[in-house]
Amino acid sequence: MKQKNRVVITGLGVTTPLGVGIAETFDALVEKKCGIGRITVFDASRYTSQIAGEVRSGKVADCVPKGYRKATKVMARDIELAVMAAYHAVKDAGLKTKCIIDRGEATGPSDIDSTRFGANIGAGLICADLTEVSGALATAAERPDAPKDRGFSLKKWGSEGMSNLTPLWLLKYLPNMLACHVTIVHDCQAPSNTITCGEASSHLAIGEAFRTIERGDADLCICGGAESKLNQMSLMRQSLLNRLVTNSNESPATACRPFDVSRSGTVVSEGGGLIILEEYERAKKRGAKIYAELIGFGAAVNASHWLTPQADGRGLALAMTKGLADAGVSASQVGLVNAFGAGTIEHDLSESAAIRSVLGDRVGSVPVITTRGSLGTNGAGTGAIDIAVLAMAMHRGVLPPSLNTDKIDPACGLKVVQGDPIDWRGEVAVSVATAMSGGQTAALVIRRVH
Amino acid sequence: MSRRIVITGIGWITPLGHDIETAWQAILRGDSGIRKTTIFDAGTFPTQFSSEVKDFDLRKFLGGDFEKHKEVSRQAGFALAAARLAWDYSGLANAAKLDKTHVGVYLGGGEGPMDFDHFAEAAVEGWDYEKNELNTPRFADIAYKILSKIVEAEQDPNMAASHIAQLFGLEGPNFNTLTACAASTQAIGEATKIIRRGDADVMISGGCHSMIHPFGVTGFNRLTALSTRNDSCITASRPFDRTRDGFVLGEGAGMLILEELSHAKARGAKILCEIVGYGSTADAFRITDIHEDGRGGIAAMRGAIKDACLTTADINYISAHGTGTAENDKIESLAIRTLFAENAKNVPVSSVKSMLGHLIAAAGACELITCVLAIRDQILPPTINYNTPDPLCDLDYIPNTPRKAKVKTCLSNSFGFGGQNDTLVVTAFEEK
Repeated sequence: MKQKNRVVITGLGVTTPLGVGIAETFDALVEKKCGIGRITVFDASRYTSQIAGEVRSGKVADCVPKGYRKATKVMARDIELAVMAAYHAVKDAGLKTKCIIDRGEATGPSDIDSTRFGANIGAGLICADLTEVSGALATAAERPDAPKDRGFSLKKWGSEGMSNLTPLWLLKYLPNMLACHVTIVHDCQAPSNTITCGEASSHLAIGEAFRTIERGDADLCICGGAESKLNQMSLMRQSLLNRLVTNSNESPATACRPFDVSRSGTVVSEGGGLIILEEYERAKKRGAKIYAELIGFGAAVNASHWLTPQADGRGLALAMTKGLADAGVSASQVGLVNAFGAGTIEHDLSESAAIRSVLGDRVGSVPVITTRGSLGTNGAGTGAIDIAVLAMAMHRGVLPPSLNTDKIDPACGLKVVQGDPIDWRGEVAVSVATAMSGGQTAALVIRRVH
Repeated sequence: MSRRIVITGIGWITPLGHDIETAWQAILRGDSGIRKTTIFDAGTFPTQFSSEVKDFDLRKFLGGDFEKHKEVSRQAGFALAAARLAWDYSGLANAAKLDKTHVGVYLGGGEGPMDFDHFAEAAVEGWDYEKNELNTPRFADIAYKILSKIVEAEQDPNMAASHIAQLFGLEGPNFNTLTACAASTQAIGEATKIIRRGDADVMISGGCHSMIHPFGVTGFNRLTALSTRNDSCITASRPFDRTRDGFVLGEGAGMLILEELSHAKARGAKILCEIVGYGSTADAFRITDIHEDGRGGIAAMRGAIKDACLTTADINYISAHGTGTAENDKIESLAIRTLFAENAKNVPVSSVKSMLGHLIAAAGACELITCVLAIRDQILPPTINYNTPDPLCDLDYIPNTPRKAKVKTCLSNSFGFGGQNDTLVVTAFEEK
């Protein structure tokens, strides 16, 4: 049988509440900055949770060729976040993609075979811009002047109201449009996929891209995910599901407290992470900067319930076990775990149980990092931001501390990096994620390349 | 030698029936599932008809398990029922030792239908007509009162895959992809790779979708992608016909049991056929248009045929994406003609969307099932409503009546909005 290709990480691109580009975000994490604040993009005063991680820097127009700026008008926020992250990823990797050449930042021709350049981008349930859609729906009210009970009329909507939506409206909200815009801008014609599995999306997408290169169907893949939960409907959904911190509207910086005894929920955010996976020989040949080698991937699911985390974390433990077996390393070789750390009581307990069951006696000595306290939860893009941070941590030899993990919950029992950043020179790290709705689980294993 | 993947179970919930044989016979009769829309009052919409799943009762399929899953979205209900049918077909329930950590799910599941009435109410009550802007506090107050936590949660596209895992206790890899109209073809292709690599022995794979709701129809009507033949809806879906004027929105689910060959043999499973090829590409062209040469579609078909170690001469039938839009049918025909060259005239092509409508994310899975059945019964499903040839579509579309044929190998195409192209190749199972 054909030898599997080795796959390495050669580019990192993120758009997070702490900055655009991996260096900016990573430095801010190491400096213990928090990206969570009061919501400013809409009036959240009647929501139980009024805080979020907003991405304030970066413009999508600066991340596409001039001729593509018109197309940014049909991008939902989620798509913008992905397109920005993609640009930063290819720049970081030093790839001369179509976008970079068209923007005049490199001279052509591109040295990339487009038919060997793939994409696999995790996406969420993209919410329509509520102002746009409400404004259109409002034209179909029976009694627009009434103070309430205005009576939305489906008949009126069908005959005239819907024409107030732009013809391309639907294309803003199809989950695969993240990948479509990215593949168009950077000219990626190899296999393209869009995984939609909540918070596990990025890990699963990166895992699938890993397999695509491993089996030889592509040489390069841009992969990860992006999502914005900074939308009135997204925030409403998370709020209805009782996942959000509601006692910290006046103290957003200390709201999300992964694995802490006083944690009470997670915080929404927006963000995207895309990384460049590359076949090892190709990367070596072009002298690419190699952050780490991706050596293992495992996926499973919480098969007990779609909304309630498993007390024993079985689904996640299975994904980790499979990922380690795939990597050909034993649990005793794991030197670092990148946890999701949602910050809710049950999710953190479940995740901790999984990590404890895999690490066994070593749980007290293996550092665990999470970025939720600083970056919140954006859904599908969270995992890729985590992987980018993890790869950077391995590259720089520094672990950023988990913000607000002041007193580790003994019931969690993990050695979370608290307080100040620490040096770390280990060899193997595992990153995990679980979909909060649906319960899909995934683990990725990376190794230092010497 | 690489692991071989066979299909050992099939199940679907379609506008033409809730079990394999009923819907398959309807397809061979050339029935249309398309009628006036009843799910909501579409009486003033540009398109007032669709291909609905009729009289669906999830309880009939789930029995004692129904209570646990009773709050699923419409499409996840279709998915559970179709998965139950496929699972029962495969006989896996009676398998002596089934390692459920090696049985996974890979779906192309769409978003669950939005709670449109409540959403529209909150949006309209929250609108400030004087300032011409949304009053978010007002929207939030109403939304908290009238929206349901469960209905909202069940809209996530990964929920169907999760429910299926719960129903059968499957702990293997669990994925959902949503690459628009290509989703379930992509899911099946990727699931095949997962088994081939040894990450699972069995995968339930397929898709489910229902976009027959006010926002779904609005979105496609605004794109002018749907047929508006309201006066003759039963014949509105006319793939490859010169009078075609858009696709017809359908709904449903199709599920297949994919199984590693030795695993299937060890338990004495009935093997329907073998999945031998998968190709996936991106057009990387435009979000609204297909590449004019059919570049991505050609590459996907070529990739799938190459993956199968076959040539175009080996393909006995193509289940086309064949939506019935002017552009798709023209470019898909061109892509087939380009790739198949002198073989293009000899390979029959049809689109069951002429009967089922376009099941969006679920389309590819249901169409692959028709390929499986074509191989089983040695008969090819027709393209109905084909009366006026289009010079731009000059292939053999199996017009209006099914055709008995020697069918060994079939190719199935799915192309999604935004340039997602996926192709599968299935072939009659033979010992090697």
